[in-house]
Amino acid sequence: MDTADLRATRGLRESATFDRATIHGIQRAARTGVYHIRGGGAKRAVPHFDDLLFLGASMSRYPLEGYRERCDTDVVLGTRHATFPLHLAIPVTIAGMSFGALSGRAKQALGRGASEAGTSTTTGDGGMTDEERGQSKHLVYQYLPSRYGMNPDHLRQADAIEVVLGQGAKPGGGGMLLGQKITERVASMRTLPVGIDQRSACRHPDWTGPDDLAIKIRELREITDWEKPIYVKVGASRTYYDVKLAVHSGADVVVVDGMQGGTAATQDVFIEHVGIPTLAAIPQAVQALQELGVHRQVQLIVSGGIRTGADVAKALALGADAVAIGTAALIALGDNDPRWEGDYEALGTAAGFYDDYQDGRDPAGITTQDPRLQSRLDPEAASRRLANYLRVMTLEAQTIARACGKSHVQHLEPEDLVALTVEAAAMARVPLAGTSWIPGGEGGF
Amino acid sequence: MDPLTTDVVEFDLATTDLRRVNAALHTPGGLGSRHVRITHPAGAHAVAAGLDAPLDVVVDGHVGYYAAGMNQQADVTIYGNAGVGVAENMMSGSVWVSGSASQSAGATAHGGLLVIEGDAAARCGISMKGVDIVVGCDVGHMSAFMAQAGTLVVRGDAGEALGDSIYEARLYVRGRVASLGADCVAKPMRAEHHEELARLLKAAGYENDDTASYTRYGSARGLYHFHVDNVGSY
Repeated sequence: MDTADLRATRGLRESATFDRATIHGIQRAARTGVYHIRGGGAKRAVPHFDDLLFLGASMSRYPLEGYRERCDTDVVLGTRHATFPLHLAIPVTIAGMSFGALSGRAKQALGRGASEAGTSTTTGDGGMTDEERGQSKHLVYQYLPSRYGMNPDHLRQADAIEVVLGQGAKPGGGGMLLGQKITERVASMRTLPVGIDQRSACRHPDWTGPDDLAIKIRELREITDWEKPIYVKVGASRTYYDVKLAVHSGADVVVVDGMQGGTAATQDVFIEHVGIPTLAAIPQAVQALQELGVHRQVQLIVSGGIRTGADVAKALALGADAVAIGTAALIALGDNDPRWEGDYEALGTAAGFYDDYQDGRDPAGITTQDPRLQSRLDPEAASRRLANYLRVMTLEAQTIARACGKSHVQHLEPEDLVALTVEAAAMARVPLAGTSWIPGGEGGF
Repeated sequence: MDPLTTDVVEFDLATTDLRRVNAALHTPGGLGSRHVRITHPAGAHAVAAGLDAPLDVVVDGHVGYYAAGMNQQADVTIYGNAGVGVAENMMSGSVWVSGSASQSAGATAHGGLLVIEGDAAARCGISMKGVDIVVGCDVGHMSAFMAQAGTLVVRGDAGEALGDSIYEARLYVRGRVASLGADCVAKPMRAEHHEELARLLKAAGYENDDTASYTRYGSARGLYHFHVDNVGSY
């Protein structure tokens, strides 16, 4: 008899409101007096891509022959204003993650793996490292509220610039990097004292609102002679309005990050209770772009909980031009690998559950600045794993696209999708399977 | 400042597109001179932004947002007022404003010297990372917010919440401070501070100021680590 059965025979019933994790949270807060800070994205179950299905082809649609008929996967980002848009081989990019949050080796591995698969990586808070620029064929440089390590030379060296307003894990929140990870190199890049708990601003220091942002984007274009695509990244919340304002401000590309999107360190209460699911955000973003007449001219990148080629295909079918992955990329590198089970247990966690990215003791050597732990990650082997994973996702997306009769993954469309639940149907604005019912109709926001 | 000479290259923003002007300034080899004069800016944004060469640029008139933004090496003089974010994220060189500056002057700047002869509005030196800023008159509220490194000299008064959440930047104020922000405190002026202040005042043309009339402010370093006992300070 397993533990759950034993409890049942004794009549023990766990409260749905005060379950064991909740009780533990209250006990922890009472003991420490500090809110729970962790990494990763929302853990709660929310309507997601799993709640959608593709219809596939049959009598009324012709499928394409797998492995024989072409199904292209490339995407061009930044066609609106930039002289040199990014041309990526696959529609799966690597989301912004900082050196500081991640080790130098992890950043190197992301760069190598992404370049091998023909896609881009993105810097994060704290600036651009030589390792990352050297390894990444396509590198997107984040322009963040803190401006830690912000250097015009790096702007010019970048292939695209991403103005970050927020992220899905914490729309409206700034960054934090705890003292354990503020080593001499990280501190020096960010002009901070070694070992302090770093606070990052949540608002940009020299502009407020969309009219200012338009002027800021123009400055970035002037400084880089209008060469670079400029992305605007928002955490999913009031997505319809945010996307419209981002376009108004002059963005070439809009990045929308849902609440399942990860972070290196944020309050758990923020991660779980602020923002909306990725699935709910995409149709809002697409509607905004369509109403402005710029869908496919201003490209849409979606992130937050992308795990498989099916997720990629569903995001594209709903109207995204590309997706970005963060958590999944770290797992591909080696995060939460069971080979370090003993170390995870020593930290009071287990492989598959580790999310203390903030405390710098990552057994897999990825979210740490500890030289001993970092040395556990072989950048070459890790980059190969990432490239494999990206290829598998791409093949999976192609498999679905061919089954739906599409010669390019971007030809997937909402008409190819149905939903398994009423909630997912309402959010994704596709019919509940077996019906023609799209709950919510033409409702506003 | 070097006097204007006959080999000054002139750009008239009334007749020339800003994009062309900035592009020319970004390829200084093609200018034929290191002396540049820009006329009729009429509040244009991003004038002389992104320079990375030892140019002497004079702007005759008022400028909009982000004038001389991210400056490297160049000496830029603005005869007029400057809009939001003048010399934002400057790395080196100098930016001189003869009039007053709007919000966020010198925001996040890593190096160089920013002189504003008049007033600077709110958030002057916000998140500054090594720049030296000298303001001839007053600064607005939340100046030097989260200031990480560098110096801010204010010859007049400072608005509310000066130096809120400050890190290691040093602030020198001659006049009245409306209020100090979280974790910002007055500190004694030691010999090295008098020397530093005198050097900055001289560089800005205010060498006759008595450094003893200034008060130094900086971080109490009480908020460098998250702690429940500090919760009331945030």
